[in-house]
Order: sequence, then C-alpha cells, then structure tokens
Amino acid sequence: MTVVSSQSQPLLAAVGLSKTFPGTRALDGVDFELRAGEVHALLGENGAGKSTLIKCLTGAYRRDGGDILLDGASIDPRDTQEAQRLGIGTVYQEVNLLPNLTVAENLLLGRQPRSFGLVSRRETNRTAREMLSRYGLAIDVARALDSYSVAIQQIVAIARAVSLSGKVLILDEPTASLDRDEVRMLFDVVSSLRAQGLGIVFISHFLDQVFDISDRITVLRNGKLVGVREAATLDRTQLINMMLGRELSEETRDRGRGGFDYAQAPRIAFAGTGRAGVIAPFDLSIHRGEVVGMAGLLGSGRTETAELMFAAAPRDGGTVTKDGTPLKLASPRDAIAAGFGFSPEDRKTSGIIGDMSVRENIVLALQARQGWMRPVRLSRQREMADDYIRRLGIRTPDAEKPIGQLSGGNQQKALLARWLATNPEFLILDEPTRGIDVGAHAEIIRMIEELCASGMSLLVISSELDELVTYSHRVVVVRDRVHVAELIGEEITTDSIVAAIAKPSPVQEAGT
Amino acid sequence: MNPRLLPLAATVMIFVIAYAVCYIQFPAMLSTRVAGNLLTDNAFLGIAAVGMTFVIISGGIDLSVGSVIAFTGVFIAVVLRDTSLHPLAVFAILLVLTTLFGAAMGMIIHVLRMPPFIVTLAGMFLARGLAYILSVDSVPISHPFYDWLQTLYWLLPGKGRLTLIGGLMLLVFAFGILLAHRTRFGANVIALGGGVQTARLMGVPVARTIVAIYALSGFLAGLSGIVFSLYTSAGYSLAAVGVELDAIAAVVIGGTLLTGGSGFVAGTLIGVLIMGLIQTYIIFDGTLSSWWTKIVIGALLLVFIVLQKGLLGLADRRRSLRASGGA
Repeated sequence: MTVVSSQSQPLLAAVGLSKTFPGTRALDGVDFELRAGEVHALLGENGAGKSTLIKCLTGAYRRDGGDILLDGASIDPRDTQEAQRLGIGTVYQEVNLLPNLTVAENLLLGRQPRSFGLVSRRETNRTAREMLSRYGLAIDVARALDSYSVAIQQIVAIARAVSLSGKVLILDEPTASLDRDEVRMLFDVVSSLRAQGLGIVFISHFLDQVFDISDRITVLRNGKLVGVREAATLDRTQLINMMLGRELSEETRDRGRGGFDYAQAPRIAFAGTGRAGVIAPFDLSIHRGEVVGMAGLLGSGRTETAELMFAAAPRDGGTVTKDGTPLKLASPRDAIAAGFGFSPEDRKTSGIIGDMSVRENIVLALQARQGWMRPVRLSRQREMADDYIRRLGIRTPDAEKPIGQLSGGNQQKALLARWLATNPEFLILDEPTRGIDVGAHAEIIRMIEELCASGMSLLVISSELDELVTYSHRVVVVRDRVHVAELIGEEITTDSIVAAIAKPSPVQEAGT
Repeated sequence: MNPRLLPLAATVMIFVIAYAVCYIQFPAMLSTRVAGNLLTDNAFLGIAAVGMTFVIISGGIDLSVGSVIAFTGVFIAVVLRDTSLHPLAVFAILLVLTTLFGAAMGMIIHVLRMPPFIVTLAGMFLARGLAYILSVDSVPISHPFYDWLQTLYWLLPGKGRLTLIGGLMLLVFAFGILLAHRTRFGANVIALGGGVQTARLMGVPVARTIVAIYALSGFLAGLSGIVFSLYTSAGYSLAAVGVELDAIAAVVIGGTLLTGGSGFVAGTLIGVLIMGLIQTYIIFDGTLSSWWTKIVIGALLLVFIVLQKGLLGLADRRRSLRASGGA
C-alpha cells in the first residue's frame, strides 16, 4: 500500500477499490484515506478516476471490488441518500440545489419542521437562518435561491450537506465558477469546518487553490493511485509530474515569441463594433497567423466581445472588413460562411450537443457551412472524426459515443475539432482550457500554437494569464465593458496584464 | 415584491378589474346569486384544475382529465342503472379506479421515463374509449340520493346559493392550498418542477412523488366527474371534451409556470373564476356568441405566457447584472 501510515484510525478509507465499466477499468485497486480534521485534495487528469472514486464513496456507483471503511466499519451505500445518512455529503460544481425554492426550503427539504402536521414556514426559516449563521451568512432565507450568487448558493449547499451528513464533506470542483473573493469566502467556510473535525475531500483543477487549502494531496492517474503527499512538502512541478507522469517542459512556458510583422494588412478588421450597455465600441484587427489574447475579469465584456464578433449577438453599427472588403455579418451563419469559427465558453449549454455522438458533434459546423442540402458522406464523416480523435488525442472508445459522456477536456477537444473541420481562417476560442486537466491544457496550448503557425488567425479569451503570455502575439485587456489596453510582443507579461486590469477606469470610460 | 408573485398579483388584478367592468355594465352581477352560480357552474372545472396545478408545478401535464370526467359520468350512470348499489359505494369504487388510473400513468412516466404528454395522451384515449364501451348514448341518472344531493345548498345572504358542488370545490381548493404550500409533499412537488435530477440528489422520493401527483390528479378528475354528473344528471361519453385544456388554461392564468417549479393553487381558483366570469358576462349580455369565451381566454393565456416569459427574462438579466457587478 502506498498510503501514508497514520497514527489514528482514518475517518474514511477506501482499500483496493475497483470499478470497471465496459471497455475501461476506471478504478484499479485504489487506496484512499481521509482523516478527521483535514482537507484532502484529490487530483488527477481527465479520466484518472477522480469522479469514479467519489461516486463509489457517495453511493452513486456500486464498487466492483475492495472495501470502504467509515470509522473503521465497512460500508456499502446503495445510493447517495444512504451515503448521506451514513455521514458522507457531497457538493458538486453545478450547485445541486433547486433554484426555484427558497434558501430555507433548499436547506431543509424533506425535514421541514412541522406543527400539527403542516410545515411551519416561520420555524423553517428560523432554523435555516440559524444554520447559515454558523457560516457567517446573514441573508434573507425566504427568498428564492436563484436570487443569490453562485458563491452563496455553494455555501448553502455546503451547509445542507454538512447538516445532513456531518462527518465527510466532498467538494467536487466547488470553485470553478467563483471569482477570487468568493473563493476566499468559500475557503473560510472550509477552514472552519476542518477545525470542527470534518474530513473534507477537495477536488479542483486550480493548483493554487489546492496548495492554498489542502493538508494532503492524493493523485490518481489512469484509475490507479500514484501517491499521497503532504501538501507542505510538495511543489508545483512535482505535483504536475505526479499527475502527468511526464515532464512538463519548462520551455513550454518561456519560449520566445518571434516578433510579429504588423506591416502587412490585417486579415479581419472590426471598426466601431459595440453595443450599448454590453460593450463599448472597439476597433480590433487580426492578422494572418496571429494569436490575439483577451484578458479581463469575469463579466468584464470578454465573452460579449467574442459574441459580437461572431454575430451571435446584435451589434450597434460599426464595420467589419475581411482582407479589405466589407463583410455582411448579421448572423453566426454569415460568420461561418466568412470563415469564422467560435468555440464558446460554456461547453455544456452553448457548445456541445450532449446526446449526439462525437462524430456528429465534430461534423456539425462543417455541415452547417456546406448547407443541409449537401450532406457530408457518412464515410467521410467517420474518416474525419477518427482523424481528429487521433490528432487531438480525444479519449473516447469510438466516434459514436455520445459526447455528453466524455470528460470536460475531451469535450473541449471535440469542440475544437468541430471548428477545425471547417478549416476556418479566424477562430475565436472562449476559455478553451477552463475546467480541464493539466495534460489536456498543455495539449490545447500546443494546438493553438500549431494552428497559428499554419496561418490561422486566433482570438483566445482566457483567465489563465500564464497561458495568454505563452501564446499571444498581442493581448487586449477588457475592463468594465471597455477595451482598455493592447499589449504587443515583449510588453506582454502577467504583471503588465494584471496592471492593465487593475488600473481604475476613468469616469468617462465606464460602461454605459 | 417577490417576482414570482407577480403573475398571481396580475391574475387577481385582472379578476377585480373584470368584475368591476361587469358590475358597471350589469350591477346585478355583484350579487351572491351570481357568485354562487359562478362557483356551481365551474365546480367540476375547478376541482380538476387543482389536480392539474400539482401536475404542472411538478413540470408535467395531464391530458386525460376530460376523458376521465366523461368516463366517470358514464360509469356512475351505467352502474346506477344496472345494479342496486348505493351511489356512495359507486363513488368509492370510481374514485379508487380513477386514482389507480392516475397512479398507473405516473408509474409509466417515472419507470419508463416517458414524457407525461404522451402517457396522458394515451390515457386520454383509453378513458374516452372505456366510456364508449360502457355506453355510446347519454345515460340519465335518476336516483333519490342523487336528487337529494342536488337539492343541498347553503343559503348565502342575498339569496345566493352555495350548492354542495360549489362548496366541495372550495373545500378541494382549501385542501389543495394546504397540500401544495404547507406540506413536505407540496415542497417535493415544487422541487420536482425545479429539476428531477437535482430533486433526486436532494433526497426527494421522486418515484413516490410522481406517482402521487398523477394519482392525485386522477382522484380529483374522478371527483370532478362525480360533480359533473351531479351537475348534469347524466353520463355521456362525449361530455367534457377539452376540459383538460380549460384546466390547463386556468392553471396558467392563475400564475403557475407552464414549465413547472412555481405556482399557486389559489391562483388557479382565480383563473377558474375569470373563465367563469367571462361566460357569465356573455350570458348577461345575451347577444354575444359563447365562442367569445374561447377568444378572450385565448388572449388572456397569450398575455400570461408573455408575462411569464418576460418575468423569467427579467430575473435572468438581474442575476447576470448582479454576477457581473460582483466580479
């Protein structure tokens, strides 16, 4: 066993846990142990077995082999309810609460206080207020949950899980949609729960956050345990090595960008593009073989810019030219016809079509561009799909698997393949690396660089500054719905980007 | 104000304004007589609409209601004609049947994961077909107990009559309001409307709740059928065609989201009364075709669906504004 020996009995332990799905061995004799009063990070690439392990622990899956011990006693939860009753509560990335119920109802659903057989709303609200006050949250619990921010919903979800279970709390990517202050708020809650003696499993792909909050780190790879380490004795490179099992070359980071020749005429030029209340008018031109990065905080107008450029949202005037000739750009259809591609930020809702196969998802944009009257031959579709699956390293048993069943990184790659199949001249990628693991991350960065080397023009929106610095020839900084700065070549450093984002905006620049 | 209450407030306002307009034109309409008749005439619709409210809040739909009402009428009429069973016993048997019928539809919806629209559409044809098998013709009901039930009423001040069936409808509404808003079952129904998968993860007994919702709708459709047979003194397999659609209209006008997740049983009562009011107005007027009822209800429905859509959009916008403000 690779498990670090512990002085006391672990709170929760998995011993030699195995789970097999048709075609894949998702968990192969994995050991995992969680002590009371620790935050234990669970890391691994896509398909490493993190979610399978969690699902076995929470009863969402039944294990095929091995044992799960809670307080030393073997347990075999049949469903999440049973795991919850035993003491294991889970909070997922997409808050699994009901937006249409009030905060109080969400907290107490199924165990609302009753008097004379009827639910007492006053008592329900009072209990809920008490529960939340322990997390330093004083909000109106009689309001609908969806009137609060994701961070608050997350804390409500934690409060619910802890009150139901009270021993083990599993946080599955809880910070994915939170901004920095909200993460702070969440971590305060997590720290206080740790102090109360809960065992907390923390899953995240934000390594900074992992180091920030975790006591120990368990790494999985390909369904097997790689190792368990004290977070304090581990550095970033070691951790990434454990996760990837291969050296992530330092050069990827600091490869010198060749100076870009701006003498040539731009390929695509937007002038005076904007929309009142959404994004102030901006001019932006992109050259052949250029990667333009776009940086800014969440809600600063990055995605809005991309949507305007792809004509997915209406513009107030402005002109678009391609190689000097004006473009009529009234709908995404026009944009696709003009050789544009757009991979949106939110894969699940505006990108992939979950029930359709990988092949169908890949062919979609090409088919739309050709027009539905000229179907792409099935044999050609298969050929293309297999080709991209191989070239981009999309991990799927075959091209006919519904894309919804793939992991996030692989969905992202398939989405990229969709646009590559149309052979676009100008490709917009909105957060192409969000929610995917380190390995896929590096692959996507490599792909961006290859595409630009082949002459494609790219606009990449990302919150990962390191990443932007790596591949951008130019970085546009967006703040408060205004394009505030443009950094070129050597000016691009994480510090300069941060400085541009942080600079307080003059009054007349503030968004309408 | 809570934006979710807005559709309900709008409904109440429309009802008050509509009644005021009626009163200005026909002062006689503001009397307990008219009010009593309004309740009596719409009792069967109201009772069915309570069940429908639960179904729609849960995110489903029940198209079988009208057919079940027709089946109920024919069943009672035929059994009373051919056997010597007491009407109360027949009522009991019938309510068990329709409840089981609803439960079976709920079971199919849950176990086979079929869309409620299709399952209850099949139920609609099935119940109507069963009614035909029992009798193709209208069967009159004549039983002393029935006659006695029909004479029961409570005299309101102003000579209005709150009949047995009108009172029963109000009772059903009171029961529905408590069930929807003051019980764990009601919270579970609303939870299902917010998202079945999430509700399951939160520990809502999904199977039991779905079956119970459609069983309740079946039970209330049966009860509505009994009321309808008391109202018409006959059972006819072609009766109550499209009542399910009237019920859906009343539910939506009453401020319940057609997509589920939010709604008010009390709103449905107002919805039913608005529909009844339009009919009463047409009767008072005497020159208008009764088809105007349909036209006005159609227009109202459109207004309400647009209103709901607008509110949802507004809530979304407000949320995204808050999100960007907080970033």
